[in-house]
Amino acid sequence: MGSRASTLLREEEIEEIKKETGFSHSQITRLYSRFTSLDKGENGTLSREDFQRIPELAINPLGDRIINAFFPEGEDQVNFRGFMRTLAHFRPIEDNEKNKNPTASEPLNSRSNKLLFAFRLYDLDRDDKISRDELLQVLRMMVGVNISDEQLGSIADRTIQEADTNGDSCISFQEFIKVLEKVDVEQKMSIRFLH
Amino acid sequence: LLDLDTQALSLHTTWNSFLLSLTDWATLRIERGVNKDLDSASEFEMSDIFYFARRGVESIMDDEVTKRFSAEELESWNLLTRSNNNFTYISLRLTVLWGLGLLIRYGFLLPLRVTLAFTGVGLLVFLTSVIGLLPNGRMKNFLSEKVHLMCYRICVRALTAIITYHDSENKPKNGGICVANHTSPIDVIILASDGCYAMVGQIHGGLMGVIQRSMVKACPHVWFERSEVKDRHLVAKRLSDHVQDKSKLPILIFPEGTCINNTSVMMFKKGSFEIGATVYPVAIKYDPRFGDAFWNSSKFGMVSYLLRMMSSWAIVCSVWYLPPMSREEGEDAVQFANRVKAAIARQGGLVDLLWDGGLKREKVKDTFKEEQQKLYSKMLVGTQEDRSRS
Repeated sequence: MGSRASTLLREEEIEEIKKETGFSHSQITRLYSRFTSLDKGENGTLSREDFQRIPELAINPLGDRIINAFFPEGEDQVNFRGFMRTLAHFRPIEDNEKNKNPTASEPLNSRSNKLLFAFRLYDLDRDDKISRDELLQVLRMMVGVNISDEQLGSIADRTIQEADTNGDSCISFQEFIKVLEKVDVEQKMSIRFLH
Repeated sequence: LLDLDTQALSLHTTWNSFLLSLTDWATLRIERGVNKDLDSASEFEMSDIFYFARRGVESIMDDEVTKRFSAEELESWNLLTRSNNNFTYISLRLTVLWGLGLLIRYGFLLPLRVTLAFTGVGLLVFLTSVIGLLPNGRMKNFLSEKVHLMCYRICVRALTAIITYHDSENKPKNGGICVANHTSPIDVIILASDGCYAMVGQIHGGLMGVIQRSMVKACPHVWFERSEVKDRHLVAKRLSDHVQDKSKLPILIFPEGTCINNTSVMMFKKGSFEIGATVYPVAIKYDPRFGDAFWNSSKFGMVSYLLRMMSSWAIVCSVWYLPPMSREEGEDAVQFANRVKAAIARQGGLVDLLWDGGLKREKVKDTFKEEQQKLYSKMLVGTQEDRSRS
């Protein structure tokens, strides 16, 4: 037979993912199909190599950081739930969600969680602070060899100076949020689906 | 180095759209920057990372390249479970229909076709060896043509390939090179049953090797030893020697270098376009509703692939012979290759991609990432230079 019976998605799982991430039924099945096509080893999980096989991701200067965002601390494989949970950060915020019950747990695609995703791209050692060194490393990834160390250093210094309010020469998540308060995060960190 | 530059600078779908959106974003940033303090050293913002993050996650959700290396997903169902990944039990009637189809395909069609295939191949090997004994001359060429055509036509029946040839007045002539998009080894049979070509390829062992060695007895084909394949000059020399001899048949080449799933045409390797012969482009488009002809070589071996082909309903395809093209003044091999590729893609209704089909197995070159880094850096630093000038 042609179907991959052992890894077909069950209805209950689809419901759980729907509740957790807010994706629609058809979006989940479509992304599941994408997940299985990336999963060359056909063992139900993706490794870093599976992501790196996507040429457009491999040429992205921050490709490795983005891939890293899918893997929890210390792990080398991500299953479909984890995959969806990370992708959920990029779901557009719908208007009817903004007025939802405030005591319900925060949706994965809230403004705050989108900012947290971006923050974690900078925070290399996951210590909830962006140090000057970490900022320099990420900047270096984005510009390659085209900017000198001194220039890059001054860019990093200026950025930290503008953001740092408590004087510890690092950017905490709160300071990060403050710096970006005027930015339209909802639009910049959202990907529209076609259905 | 020059052709890397050409590759990096050429326009194509994904690359172009990325650059366009990057320059749009850059323009917006520069406009914003003009209103900023003249003191600030650069335009870097912490929100710059959003752009790369979003592009990255977009490519994870869907990208233009990886899906070309696996079979196309069909909207409708043609009673073959292999075409529909979401196959589950739906209704009794559907299952009965499918079961009936299974019986017909495996019980009746498959044995018939396998017999035909063996006949075709066997005859090819036997008759070409016999013809090889004849002295070179018009008689030999005539017989060789007839034999090749007949055997390929038997093979076409063996696959139940229903082929529509368009624009046969443009069929390749002696001394030319025929290039076509590549989806499966069946492409060869489809083209060779309508015209005589000199094949190009590596000598294999086993049954393939036997066929190759006997074919070359009847008329000249260009077979390379494995060691010779690496030597690009040798390959080019042999090919150009062949095309210069007008008595020899046109060469058949698939410049993509690997099988693509028939939804797009990927980068053409420039080797065949450097030789200077007239190029006859051919577009081959399979109708996926009857059976997917794409050979996913990492998933299926040749034999299991052929068995799958022979147990499909039929292979329906269209072949368009496009008007011949030559390299123009001031055009280099890569540009010529891209021009031919665009013509084939247009005719066959395929997406024209600049990505290399070799990405099926290899990693993408770092130069593309470096291009992106350069562009971003220019944005950061470029605005500074404008400032100091004003």
